[in-house]
Amino acid sequence: MTAYTATVTVRLKRGVLDPEAETTQQALERLGFELSDLRSADRFEVDLDAADGDEAAERATEMAERLLANPTIHDYDVAVAER
Amino acid sequence: MTVSVVQFGGSNCDRDAVRALEHLGIDAERVWHEDGLPSDTDGIVLPGGFSYGDYLRAGAMAARAPIMEEVRTAAAAGVPVLGVCNGAQIGSESGLTPGAFTTNASARFQCEPVHLRVERDDTPWTAAYAEGDVIEVPIAHGEGRFEIGEDAHDDLVADDRVLFRYCDADGRVTDAANPNGSTDNVAGILGERETVAVLMPHPERATLPDLGGSTDGVGILRAFA
Repeated sequence: MTAYTATVTVRLKRGVLDPEAETTQQALERLGFELSDLRSADRFEVDLDAADGDEAAERATEMAERLLANPTIHDYDVAVAER
Repeated sequence: MTVSVVQFGGSNCDRDAVRALEHLGIDAERVWHEDGLPSDTDGIVLPGGFSYGDYLRAGAMAARAPIMEEVRTAAAAGVPVLGVCNGAQIGSESGLTPGAFTTNASARFQCEPVHLRVERDDTPWTAAYAEGDVIEVPIAHGEGRFEIGEDAHDDLVADDRVLFRYCDADGRVTDAANPNGSTDNVAGILGERETVAVLMPHPERATLPDLGGSTDGVGILRAFA
């Protein structure tokens, strides 16, 4: 078994309204920053032991499917690195 | 009929639901989620509140609590299930109903009376009304914007599963009458069976006459009578 960190990034699908990101963008603009858009995402770092990277990615993907993301509104990606 | 009102850590409308149901002469009791559903359960309310502090997404944690497997089984067997507010979020997160309830377009918590147009009058939840009736029921949520993919929404409408839409006092379904940016002004929908429904507005807060407001929510809770 090898120790991995699987990083699961969950973001809203394109086109889904993100009021929190809009509010954050407005706050940045109030501070004088110039920006054309802002998107936010949630990142989960999962430490786990697996036989190989594929298995670690597979398990993290299932975590995303079953809990970390809501497929109605979210896309997600999984990246695995040895820890 | 004994209605089990499922209480999670952070539920806060469970007592209100029991009180409103008892006012209508319907037996109801609070059931702590870890205790499982009592065997004499013949109705289920998933009440409002902030289960698990809305961690991850509103309703996400409670939807994966073991009791929800029992709720899904009961729902599939025809036991009436009503999810209100956080209960609606739990219902959609658990797959009882399609779509998702997420952050209001205003990015604010909104607590106000709203008007709802009754879209069907042939379900247990709306038998007391006529199609097109306008009822007044309060909302109190920060994450009530109904989102559903375009194709899934087309299916929802084609299957006639929209129960209530936000509207103005005259029943017009307009953007101005949409409090939270919900797709197609959807406020409440049916599950695969008509005995399963979720809605963001609070019928239990529009039931007791002593509260001094609307009692238009009575008809929804009558489904359990």
